[in-house]
Amino acid sequence: MRVCHLSLTDFRSYPSAEIALEPGVTAFVGPNGHGKTNLVEAIGYVATQSSHRVATDAPLVRHGAERAIVRALVARDERRALVELEINPGRANRARVNRSPVARPREALGLLRTVLFAPEDLALVKGDPSERRRFLDDLLVARAPRFAGVRADYDRVLKQRNTLLRTAAATKGRRRGPRRQDDEAAFSSAGAGDVLSTLDVWDSHLVRHGAELLAARLDLVEALRPLTAKAYATLAPASAAADLEYRTGVKLSTDCGRSRDILEEALRASLAEARQAELERGVTLVGPHRDDLHLALGELPARGYASHGESWSFALALRLAAYDLLRADGGDPVLILDDVFAELDGQRRTRLAEIVAPAEQVLITAAVPDDVPAELAGARFDVTEGSATRVR
Amino acid sequence: MYEGVVQNLIDELGMLPGVGPKSAQRIAFHLLAADPADVKRLAHALLEVKERVRFCRVCGNVAAEEECRICRDQRRDPHVICVVEESKDVVAIEKTREFRGRYHVLGGAISPIDGVGPDDLRIRELMTRLADGQVTELILATDPNLEGEATATYLARLVKPMGLKVTRLASGLPVGGDLEYADEVTLGRAFEGRRLLDV
Ligand SMILES: Nc1ncnc2c1ncn2[C@@H]1O[C@H](COP(=O)(O)OP(=O)(O)OP(=O)(O)O)[C@@H](O)[C@H]1O
Ligand SMILES: [Mg+2]
Ligand SMILES: [Zn+2]
Repeated sequence: MRVCHLSLTDFRSYPSAEIALEPGVTAFVGPNGHGKTNLVEAIGYVATQSSHRVATDAPLVRHGAERAIVRALVARDERRALVELEINPGRANRARVNRSPVARPREALGLLRTVLFAPEDLALVKGDPSERRRFLDDLLVARAPRFAGVRADYDRVLKQRNTLLRTAAATKGRRRGPRRQDDEAAFSSAGAGDVLSTLDVWDSHLVRHGAELLAARLDLVEALRPLTAKAYATLAPASAAADLEYRTGVKLSTDCGRSRDILEEALRASLAEARQAELERGVTLVGPHRDDLHLALGELPARGYASHGESWSFALALRLAAYDLLRADGGDPVLILDDVFAELDGQRRTRLAEIVAPAEQVLITAAVPDDVPAELAGARFDVTEGSATRVR
Repeated sequence: MYEGVVQNLIDELGMLPGVGPKSAQRIAFHLLAADPADVKRLAHALLEVKERVRFCRVCGNVAAEEECRICRDQRRDPHVICVVEESKDVVAIEKTREFRGRYHVLGGAISPIDGVGPDDLRIRELMTRLADGQVTELILATDPNLEGEATATYLARLVKPMGLKVTRLASGLPVGGDLEYADEVTLGRAFEGRRLLDV
């Protein structure tokens, strides 16, 4: 799979840009802050409809402009798809595929698949669990776009349920003031019965979407484990072995399977157990939104223990494992390496270059030409003062 | 002063759903240029709808009298009630001509984020209608989005002890959508293929 053409309107620093791309390696080289990452960020956005740098869309729109438009012509084997995204901060984004509007932007997911390596990846190892959950979920969506819907539904149920729990907690708190005997009775007759019965309803929906997400993440981690260990061993042969484990607050017994039914049952039971605490604290305490992907090097957790170089290798290994998995699904994803070589020593530079060189399309950004390894010589764009010019 | 009056109109129009500031301005200037008789008719229609139209005492649908046209129609099957969120859903379903029973309009869906709980919907009225045992099937045609699904689950659980047949429209409706926007063929087929709801 590859991007043949990228066209931008009011995206980041670019009022407009037209960039024709070829298969193989393309490097974007230029001074700091002149717009290299902005270009590859746009390509990543077409694939995931999110940025690897910011959580909201607003910074993606050129300062002073109302909306940004990103167009990418994507080729997969002989087929071509023109994906157009209109980014409207604060309002719904819009998408067109081959010039036809789609009902929802997420229907344009899956036409382009990318794996993006960036300095921000260090957060996969050093950051909060939310970074690792996002890594897993983004990969699920890249492999099967319907998970964008599952995740959106889960998030929405969670938001509804948390609001309800907060209301319940507030009602209860207020009634609790000078404690009277009939307080609890009053609580359960006026409104609170309402709360509890609707809570059961939201539970059933949380369980359904949550178990689907949980099942998919558990399978994904099993598939990533050997691939990550192998990639890490290649990048850092002298270090202890890398391992992954999905850690969930949902009580799963070790001997039973991991089918959706079993997971639904387990999540339901864990919610029931947490119910009292949830009503007191006004927030959902178990479910995939609280889980973590535990990373270990030998006996030790990577987070808090691994050295800077080890953390980097682990982050790269996770991305490489994702790349392997997507490639095995069919349709070689586009590889994007944003500023990564500058961070690596000579040996790991060479190893990474060897791994990525055979990909159908590799896009690299670097501030100085020397940061592009010799193995990855190819087309080159000079990026200065917000314009990209092909120089090789 | 004159400008103030025009601005008032633009502001009022801008508060209507789906009308942005630009459209509000366009409509306002269209009205300024229009024939006075046409504008009077529009104003009359607006007032009349507020004065004359009310909600059906039985089903909650918009009605010109105490009871709506459908509730008064003796040919409609009294054994089946189709539960919808809004009156506009009644219109959408009527267009399919698949359904010959009665309706119940809830007035929304359960959504804690919007501060809407079961007590804010016409659920008590529904339970009263079901009490005499004449109704044998309840079709839950709330929107195929999360809040609609949650409302359907809530109702299904609530009426379970009554032993009615409770069905939900078949899938095929665009998920996350509004019933109102489903095309007639899709909605008609969803009716035909409704399934028993198991809660
Ligand atoms: N929404 C925006 N509107 C206008 N300019 C923006 C916007 N967002 C970012 N920029 C500008 O884009 C520039 C950053 O571009 P980019 O991140 O692509 O740099 P880079 O070439 O990758 O630099 P480095 O080598 O430091 O990574 C900054 O100068 C920033 O001010
Ligand atoms: Mg950069
Ligand atoms: Zn009626």
